[in-house]
Amino acid sequence: MKTTGILAAALLASTSLAASAETLRWARAGDSLTLDPHAQNEGPTHTLAHQIYEPLIIRDMSGEFQAALATDWAPSADDPNVWVFNLRQGVKYHDGADFTAEDVVFSINRAKSDNSNMKELLNSIVEVRAVDDHTVEFVTDGPNPILPSNLTNLFMMDKGWTEANDSVAVQDVEGGESTFASQNANGTGAFTLVSREPDVRTVLEQNPDYWGMDMFPMDVTRIEYTPIQNAATRVAALLSGEVDFIQDVPVQDLGRVGDTEGLLVKTAPQNRVIFFGMNMGAEDLANDDVEGANPLADARVRKAMSMAINRDAIQQVVMRGQSEPAGMIAPPFVNGWTEEMDASSATDVEAAKALMEEAGYADGFSIQLDCPNDRYINDEAICQAAVGMLAQIGVTVNLDAKPKAQHFPLITNGETDFYMLGWGVPTYDSEYIFNFLVHTRGEERGSWNNTGYSNADVDAQIVSLASETDLEARNATIADIWEVVQDEQLYIPIHHQVLNWGMTDKIGIEVSPEDDPKFKFMEMN
Amino acid sequence: MLAYIIRRVGQSILVLLFTGLVAFSMFSFVGDPIDNMLGQERTQADVERLRTELGLDRPFVVQYYKFLEQAVQGNFGLSYRQGRPVGEILLERAPATLELAFVSGLLALVGGIGLGIFTAIRRQGWAANVIMTVSLIGVSLPTFLIGILLIYLFSVELGWLPSFGRGEVTQIGGWSTGFLTASGLKALILPAITLGLYQMTLIMRLVRTEMLEVLRMDYIRFARARGIRERAINFRHALKNTLVPVITITGLQLGSIIAFAIITETVFQWPGVGLLFINAIQFVDIPVMAAYLMMISVMFVGINLIVDMLYFAIDPRLRVDRTAGGH
Repeated sequence: MKTTGILAAALLASTSLAASAETLRWARAGDSLTLDPHAQNEGPTHTLAHQIYEPLIIRDMSGEFQAALATDWAPSADDPNVWVFNLRQGVKYHDGADFTAEDVVFSINRAKSDNSNMKELLNSIVEVRAVDDHTVEFVTDGPNPILPSNLTNLFMMDKGWTEANDSVAVQDVEGGESTFASQNANGTGAFTLVSREPDVRTVLEQNPDYWGMDMFPMDVTRIEYTPIQNAATRVAALLSGEVDFIQDVPVQDLGRVGDTEGLLVKTAPQNRVIFFGMNMGAEDLANDDVEGANPLADARVRKAMSMAINRDAIQQVVMRGQSEPAGMIAPPFVNGWTEEMDASSATDVEAAKALMEEAGYADGFSIQLDCPNDRYINDEAICQAAVGMLAQIGVTVNLDAKPKAQHFPLITNGETDFYMLGWGVPTYDSEYIFNFLVHTRGEERGSWNNTGYSNADVDAQIVSLASETDLEARNATIADIWEVVQDEQLYIPIHHQVLNWGMTDKIGIEVSPEDDPKFKFMEMN
Repeated sequence: MLAYIIRRVGQSILVLLFTGLVAFSMFSFVGDPIDNMLGQERTQADVERLRTELGLDRPFVVQYYKFLEQAVQGNFGLSYRQGRPVGEILLERAPATLELAFVSGLLALVGGIGLGIFTAIRRQGWAANVIMTVSLIGVSLPTFLIGILLIYLFSVELGWLPSFGRGEVTQIGGWSTGFLTASGLKALILPAITLGLYQMTLIMRLVRTEMLEVLRMDYIRFARARGIRERAINFRHALKNTLVPVITITGLQLGSIIAFAIITETVFQWPGVGLLFINAIQFVDIPVMAAYLMMISVMFVGINLIVDMLYFAIDPRLRVDRTAGGH
């Protein structure tokens, strides 16, 4: 691997001198956790993997499906439980091996194995079979209309290479040794791995034999990726010209970067909505001052709290304009999102007070708000703002802000009554939101639903989404469920996060909602 | 002497064991590693399985015992975050931190003693007054602020020095060094100043105070009366006697230079053990945290032990009667 990498680099160096070599120096806050593409389901890890490996289908920089290793895909005409994928021909892995249907079968089975972190996305797949060298059939446990959207981060490894290097089992932290595949890579992607020191530096070179050489800009010939954790240092590195492209620009530095000659900031809504959750299911709350009753169980109280939040003020003051006030907990590009529902409710303190009085809490109550302080953009500051806003209707909020490693267990273990949470939707479909945040908490679904909300009818509707093939009927069910969620004020939406990328002005790339730049799309002038 | 050493070594081991126990009792408050290790799509069954596999469901004393059992065999486990052996990661990161600590320590020692003597001898001069005033900044400004100020001045505004990283490094055996390349040396300057500034001002002020005190002693006056040259008095007689407390402080500070490199390393994205530790805390990477904390406590205890021995060598009074004590 090393020698082929060096050889490729040497070859490239000789050819690209003529073509103008464009090195991209790229920095973001975190590093990829592993090179094993099935070991972690996490943003920075996938972003690096996307340069080296490829899935069957990708999302382009605007979030739309685009053919990658599959050229087309459709449900089988004979059997509604089967999806047929036609594979791209003539694709080679970096080590020269051919990409075939066998590799797809192998990769999917690997991603479904016990140690894989991707297996939840593939739950519905019963079997994958190779029809011929370039056709694959996915058999699901029922009709699954949104199967393709579960495959956009599912990378295809070479069966021969993986077996030869003893990496068939997905890297398992407790298993003992680290695997070959977690420190080396052999994909079909636009870039090959040259060297990698975790948390320090990763170098990639353009793959001269890439199948899409003529289909994409492919202007970047070399990538030097450095994680820079400290936000001020990251911005300084861009300002001083030591890097060309950074993700995660802190909102307070946007102006500074944008005003600097030769630099620009690009902004787009992110696939992440920020909201508050409330424990409405408990008989009595542990963290409030109301004895023997749960104020949050009353929808009027929840509505009043939502009305008291001034989302525009949070956008203007806390986020310096870098957010979109939200009225529902789905990001705008998700199937099921509507403009009407997402129109944030107006702040109306008087009406909120009246609702509180109607519910019997005219004097208000006090409750603890749990909030992370290192997970979302300005998370703690948003919570602080909410404390003041809720005080206006008599709700005294005790804010408890903690690092994410302590905050999230509170939610998954059901130890918080009022909490902040952010949610991204990798499948771009409402079902994902309902499965985790609306369905009654249980073994299969509802693992992040800490509201205690449980409605058998809604649960049945949510389950039915998985196998409803009539897209119109399915969308109608989604709309029905959203109506309940909105009526019940299950959550208090705050805003959609906005992504900022800072770069030199010779770079041309659009900000992707997933925060995952794919550098084959990048143009350099 | 031997009994004294044995007693000190025994105490040191007890301190080490106790530090480890305290560290392990705190890990459960840092957060839950499972949450970071499995994605948001994980099921409760996965969580339970992993918790049992990692032994996180057992009381911390048991976890600590398991760790010790493995550690004495040289096995510190596998990092939850990187999935690689912790010992390997620490060895890979140690050169960066040690080189940085060495340069800042040298800077602090040479600069601190030199300036300390200067300000003590020329205590009325304007230069000494300026140095003393400026040194207040070194003592009072937090490290991360100094680091960021230096970055903005020398990287962003002037463009002279890099704002992050180690530059080009050369591998010599298992040791990666930045001393051999121009970019490696340039990358060292800002972090070394940031890390060493506090220690330098501290040593300087200490040397100055001690020196002023010694210069008032009778034997210095007699030396002057005998007509010994000023130079010999200052450097041979006075300086030597100010060094005992300076060695104590320097020894302890050397430990803290390595231990507190955490902040400097985070600001400059310096790929050393400090940065590794910060990442480990955020991820609740217990094996890395445990190994790092043990390493740091071994270092502190070791340095203290050596400093105690050095007293013996430098201060004859200790050899005669330990209870009389000098400083």
